[in-house]
Amino acid sequence: MRMDRDTSQESTAGYVHYARIWAALVALLLMTIAVGRFSLLANYSVLGSLSIATVKAGLVLIYFMHLRHEGRVVKGMLLLAVAALFFIIALTFVDVWYR
Amino acid sequence: MAMGKKSNTGAAASAEAQGGIDYTGKKIGMWLFLFTELLFFGGMFLLYSVFRSQYPVEFHAAAQEENLLLGSINTTVLLTSSFTIAVAIAAIRKGSKVLSLYMQTATIIFGICFLIIKYFEWSAKIAKGIYPDSPALLDRGKGDNLFFGLYYVMTGIHGIHVLIGIIVIAIMFVYTRRGVIDRDSFAKLENTGLYWHFVDIVWIYLFPLFYLIT
Repeated sequence: MRMDRDTSQESTAGYVHYARIWAALVALLLMTIAVGRFSLLANYSVLGSLSIATVKAGLVLIYFMHLRHEGRVVKGMLLLAVAALFFIIALTFVDVWYR
Repeated sequence: MAMGKKSNTGAAASAEAQGGIDYTGKKIGMWLFLFTELLFFGGMFLLYSVFRSQYPVEFHAAAQEENLLLGSINTTVLLTSSFTIAVAIAAIRKGSKVLSLYMQTATIIFGICFLIIKYFEWSAKIAKGIYPDSPALLDRGKGDNLFFGLYYVMTGIHGIHVLIGIIVIAIMFVYTRRGVIDRDSFAKLENTGLYWHFVDIVWIYLFPLFYLIT
């Protein structure tokens, strides 16, 4: 018997809901172009662009990849992977800046 | 020996019967693979960050040479393809095989569009003499060489991921048509979707780093 249906939760989100997420992603794309290209945030454009990118990535993760329906195992593993990457980058920068 | 075999079969049958255990295992396997991909791309993002901090002026000037219009169109194309694959999975879960097939086809077309636009972008740069180790680029100093070197490596490896995604979605299309993927058995398509969304997320970060941060 082949069964992939997850009985613990019903994550069959509606198509309209996905369309709304898509519209939000395109709106954020336009915002990131405004922030990055036209220097709307002056010296903070790098931080602004990367923050918007993180919001976009979050929307894709939570809604398109159904992270909100995943259990603690997947969420914990994701946190571990992102934290590992963060520490690798942070420690490298400590070396680069204070060498 | 016979006893062991029997008990293994029993355990497998029990897992199958519960469905959920098998499903969770398939999903966790895919997420684990995506974490290795995250760290793989992470290494390249690390290189970009360090070199950008060392050559801010050169990276600033080089990023302005990128074609923002084509980059923006490609971002929209990839975001839309993420939407279509998400709908394809939701559709198969609801039992709408035809809609799922249409959405999988749309995702493949968007993926091909992305690669065609990328081809035109790369061609325009190569025509200007900007490619790794080119005489024109070698005359321009370290910062420019690092920026365009990272541009070709990162967008190139991302492009290979898009190509692999297109091939895998095409295989899923065949599986869906044959009924291997249906409303009761869709983990293959869902995992393909996870991969495709991950490739989209990588581009979400590549776009501002190469086209916008000036």
